[in-house]
Amino acid sequence: MSATLLPRDDPSSRALAAVIAILTFLAALAAAGAQSVATRSVDWRVKLTRQATLQILPRPGQDFGADAERAAALARATPGIAEVTALSRPEGERLLAPWLGTGLDLSDLPVPRLVTLRLSDGADLSGLAERLATDLPNARLDDHRRWVDRLAGAATGLVLAATAIVGLVLAAAALAAGFATRGALAGSRDVVEVLHLVGASEAFVAKTFATRFLRLGAAGAVAGTAAAAVAGLLLHALPVGGGGALTGSLAITPSGFAAMLLPAALVPAVTALASWFGVKRFLGSGVR
Amino acid sequence: MNDASEAVVAFEDVWLRYGPDREVLRSVSFELPPHSFQFLTGPSGAGKTSLIRLVLLSLAPNAGRIRLFGHDVGAIGAESVTALRRRMGVVFQDFRLLDHLSTYENVALPLRVQGRGEASYRAEVMELLDWVGLGHRVGDRPPALSGGEKQRAAIARALIARPELILADEPTGNVDPPMARRLLHLFVELNRMGTAVVIATHDPSLLDQVEARHLRLEGGQVDVLDPTR
Repeated sequence: MSATLLPRDDPSSRALAAVIAILTFLAALAAAGAQSVATRSVDWRVKLTRQATLQILPRPGQDFGADAERAAALARATPGIAEVTALSRPEGERLLAPWLGTGLDLSDLPVPRLVTLRLSDGADLSGLAERLATDLPNARLDDHRRWVDRLAGAATGLVLAATAIVGLVLAAAALAAGFATRGALAGSRDVVEVLHLVGASEAFVAKTFATRFLRLGAAGAVAGTAAAAVAGLLLHALPVGGGGALTGSLAITPSGFAAMLLPAALVPAVTALASWFGVKRFLGSGVR
Repeated sequence: MNDASEAVVAFEDVWLRYGPDREVLRSVSFELPPHSFQFLTGPSGAGKTSLIRLVLLSLAPNAGRIRLFGHDVGAIGAESVTALRRRMGVVFQDFRLLDHLSTYENVALPLRVQGRGEASYRAEVMELLDWVGLGHRVGDRPPALSGGEKQRAAIARALIARPELILADEPTGNVDPPMARRLLHLFVELNRMGTAVVIATHDPSLLDQVEARHLRLEGGQVDVLDPTR
């Protein structure tokens, strides 16, 4: 028989639940995207730092293939290099296909020869670089550091942007709850007065409203998070979700789906807190 | 708790105005002794309800001092206001029942807002509802009750927390004479158990049934008649 002390949800309360659902949807997608980017960024960085590339540029009058074999031999002799693969000329030309297309005769172009290195712990890349500078000045060692740094910077930027979006959504939820609380207080003024006159404290009244708004916030957050989860699953089915050779998969990772729970938990809490403070401030202004 | 001999309510030179033109109380001073029983009478619009609202701390006087259970209400904070209100029970002329709650929930409200669990008060509430003749309307909401039933529910709500002071604004205005006598008898019994009672009424027949102090409010002034002395 312990009914809620406030009248049943009015249209403005239902509107608040809808607003909360939309905000949570956006925040959940932002959080999931940030978490997915962060996870994939770590994977990409680990892969890139475990690899290096030797690029052997053609020299006039020199045996191009012999230079590549020489570079591979120097690499094999370097500590911490687990695997050395010298790509043949056709293999190197195939790598240019995404940019130049297929079916072209590249025999007249000075296409560099590539040697890929798989690194293990403690790879002495600086020693290899020194030996290459001495023996093969036309060889360039690319340890992918430039790409790793760019990737890390881009990932950090995306995570910060997503965090800012989640923060803005929480602020918007607090504002919406604050306005809705004022509306609910105005609509329930007689109820609040009766509660006070039968001995309810301000804290009790504030808790009563906060409980109402926690329930509304939770309902909206559950709906918004569910919609975001469905959107995340649909992303797998879209062409962009599968990704490509350059970008990798853009789909939400399992940890990204887990990150959706963060806004789902925070938004109702923020809604309830905003309501609690709103009521305390309203009652503290002399309304009893 | 206040001193046993200290007035439960004391007005000292209290003034109350609504706007610049309407003066409701003019330099009103009186005391309600502990365990006393009094009627508050006066013509319609004399300010009986306003005086009750002053005691309930839902209105503040424009001037003067009001003491409740020994506390100067002009010098207390919100927590003390709540504590003082819990020592009073009030029956509003317009009942002030919450339409979205059942009769049972309305009556239990003063206990619920104190944080008590339902298991601790359910029997008390049911017993009181039976006593006021609403045992069969426990689950009904106020819109489904008659005027008299609403009034009895409002009275039960005022009594349920065993207050030290009961303020009743026209508590028998919507009940038939037998129920009015029964309710008056209830207030008398509560008074005999130590509860101070103030009944605001314009029903002269009530005054004849109980020998009690009489606060006559007219022209912004309160005259106290005490036939018990």
